[in-house]
Amino acid sequence: MCTDCGCQIRGHQQILAKPSKAPDIFLGRPERILQGLLQKNDQQADQNRQQFDRHGVLVINLMSSPGSGKTALLEATLKALKGELRMAVIEGDLETENDAKRIRALGITAYQITTGTACHLDAHMVAQALDHLPLKDLDVLFIENVGNLVCPASFDLGHHLNVTLLSVTEGDDKPQKYPVMFRAADLLLITKTDLLPYLPEFSMARATASQRALATKAKLFPLSAKTSEGLSSWTDWMRRQRASYQALLEKGLSLKPRVAQEGKALHLERPEITFKPLTL
Amino acid sequence: MHELSLCANLIEQLEQLAVEAAAAKVGRIELKIGVLSGVEPQLMAAAFGMAQVGTIAENAALFIEVTQPVIHCHDCDHEGEVSPQNLLCPHCGSESTELVAGHELILARVELLGSWPDARVNPL
Repeated sequence: MCTDCGCQIRGHQQILAKPSKAPDIFLGRPERILQGLLQKNDQQADQNRQQFDRHGVLVINLMSSPGSGKTALLEATLKALKGELRMAVIEGDLETENDAKRIRALGITAYQITTGTACHLDAHMVAQALDHLPLKDLDVLFIENVGNLVCPASFDLGHHLNVTLLSVTEGDDKPQKYPVMFRAADLLLITKTDLLPYLPEFSMARATASQRALATKAKLFPLSAKTSEGLSSWTDWMRRQRASYQALLEKGLSLKPRVAQEGKALHLERPEITFKPLTL
Repeated sequence: MHELSLCANLIEQLEQLAVEAAAAKVGRIELKIGVLSGVEPQLMAAAFGMAQVGTIAENAALFIEVTQPVIHCHDCDHEGEVSPQNLLCPHCGSESTELVAGHELILARVELLGSWPDARVNPL
């Protein structure tokens, strides 16, 4: 078994051989290697996850469009759980420290990653941020990903759960338009429900059907960070997830987002390498 | 445009494979990209053109196989292609389906070029 990613490949020393004479055509025996294109990222993500697990920190990745209320949700959540859980936040944005400042104003540690032009966080950026966070003193770490419904879905950061937000102003068909992102959600939060009276065109039933069509078992909670209506469903969900995460840790196991688990299965596909003479 | 990050990652993997096999160049690469992988094949090809310049894969030809979503239904055992927007079982309507293809993001095949006897790969 591969010691790097745990997949079933033979060590490459078995491929190595000393040929006694040069044949005319050098077609390598199709050697089974398995490489997800995100191998480097995934290896770093696994290291991050091991670090989180050593400290027993549950890590939740928040993803959504820009402006769907990730930071407002965090503010409401941090206020609601401040006495109960020790929490910190990694903020991902292209520019500015604005979001981190909002979190720090609540007395919560926040580290801002500014990605410049990159449209997503990756496992290496998160690894660097971890040097600035007191992991041993934390119960839950939130990662607020860059606002984007496309790119962040492809990168494992080493977190345990994906939570995707859909604000009611975005429309109820978003899961159909961005199936990759919404399929990645371990939980879907419909946010800004306080605006529903002004948006008769938004149907909660259509949003639910749109999500269900992606064959995901993710729960869906409507909530408003502004009025706190529905907030307790989300905080209760977090408590349950934390309890099951701790139970897994006691058994020496960990937790991965559902899509990352699938990714592991895909690594079992066996591609091949061929070797040919170089014709100059 | 995360395709560029992916290509940088891909080039690193190719360099590592080439070093392991003591190959001089990369001749041909085949990727398998599922429509539910979150990666756009055309952008990937364009990004690869930029990322390969000045690397061991400078003249490598890139081939991309795009795969469609295929689900396996846990309720009725149906297995078949579905649309990316509807992953329910088309046979019995069940939500209890598993995606068995269509989300791959895989370096499926690499052709390395080099000269014997430097190459550290078994002949057939």
